[in-house]
Amino acid sequence: MALALQTFSTVKDANAALRAAGTRYLGGGTLVVRAANEGDVSLSSFVRSTEPSLSAITVSSGKVSIGASVTMAAIARHPGLAALSGAARAVGGPAIRNMATVGGNLFAPAPYGDFTVALLALDATVSSDNGDLPIEAFLATRESNQAIVTAVRFELRTEGVFRFLKVSRVKPKGVSVLSIAAVLEQAPDGTVSSSRIALGCMADRPMRAKAAEKALVGRTLTSDGIAPALTVASDDTSPATDPIASAWYRTQVLPVHLGRLLLA
Amino acid sequence: MAKVPVQFTLNGAEKAEFIDSGTTLLNALRDKIGDTSPKGGCHQGTCGACSVIIDGELRLSCLTLAETCNGAAIITTSGLSEGGVLHPLQRAFLDAFATQCGFCTPGMIMAAKVLLDHTPNPSRDEVVEALSGNICRCTGYEPIIQAVLTAARSNSQNAA
Repeated sequence: MALALQTFSTVKDANAALRAAGTRYLGGGTLVVRAANEGDVSLSSFVRSTEPSLSAITVSSGKVSIGASVTMAAIARHPGLAALSGAARAVGGPAIRNMATVGGNLFAPAPYGDFTVALLALDATVSSDNGDLPIEAFLATRESNQAIVTAVRFELRTEGVFRFLKVSRVKPKGVSVLSIAAVLEQAPDGTVSSSRIALGCMADRPMRAKAAEKALVGRTLTSDGIAPALTVASDDTSPATDPIASAWYRTQVLPVHLGRLLLA
Repeated sequence: MAKVPVQFTLNGAEKAEFIDSGTTLLNALRDKIGDTSPKGGCHQGTCGACSVIIDGELRLSCLTLAETCNGAAIITTSGLSEGGVLHPLQRAFLDAFATQCGFCTPGMIMAAKVLLDHTPNPSRDEVVEALSGNICRCTGYEPIIQAVLTAARSNSQNAA
């Protein structure tokens, strides 16, 4: 069934139109057009905005701002975002990456949303007309979000400090069994001074592995050093069983892959 | 349903149509314009059979609304041959037995064309990566990969 599309030049006008029942925001289309094709009868129309700021990437003084309409392909090829290119390339095949947006990825249910796992580890801020929200708070209430997301902002981290791993069964671009992102800072003596670890597919949305984060601080990134973190890696997780993997399997392999990421 | 005007170039030819708002590009191409080379497989963005090139980028026509393509340059597999002569990729797919039922072939060729447009001499890994969004249930992929590599070699020989 065809659904009417309304296009607005400003986010403000698009936000107003989005208040109508049955209306969904159209970014790259990989979530909402897919839902329409699948027969989602709650959908009656699409709204989009062509405001240029939605498609802008700025990297300045260690701060990054990515507009909500920026695609995974644009992030992957941006010279200032090399550390994030692996996370962007983890999303779908080439055609999907040319369409899937940062804003849409924030709403992608498990087993999708791998880039949001990276944003969660990076402690990003999610901006909309309603103001800014820490990504953790945004993810907790994303279904009730009423305003169009305009951008995500975070501190730029170098490769090594920021780490990302996607685990899939079909190579090179299968759907996630799970994904892990981490931001690890080390003191001069090599011990971990701070850690922030995000998990994908270990709940219905990206989540933090807070017990593992805590267990890593003060430890070295060696097999012995990370052992306590791996023991508690699955704490508070509630992975789904889906055609990609069972909840049991995801729980069993998480410590293995987290260990590989930490020792890389 | 409101009709909206849509204008774009399709394989170099100007197209102007009135379509139902919200129509996917795949449906507009196949049902309205009559270009049936993009195939409707999963309609979920998973199989890649509907892949087309929009302004030089590989996109999925099943997830793209036609009215968002106003002013765009769209290429489908049906526009690749010139004067009855097959494109090197089409020729290579035939010669390498890289097509069986043929349903995935247009999408595969579009994905391969974007790769060769940007990377004329790709490695095998680059070919695999470029085709990773396209599913084939017949060939086992190896003949397809070989066809793309053959077309690349053919292109570089022609350019030499």
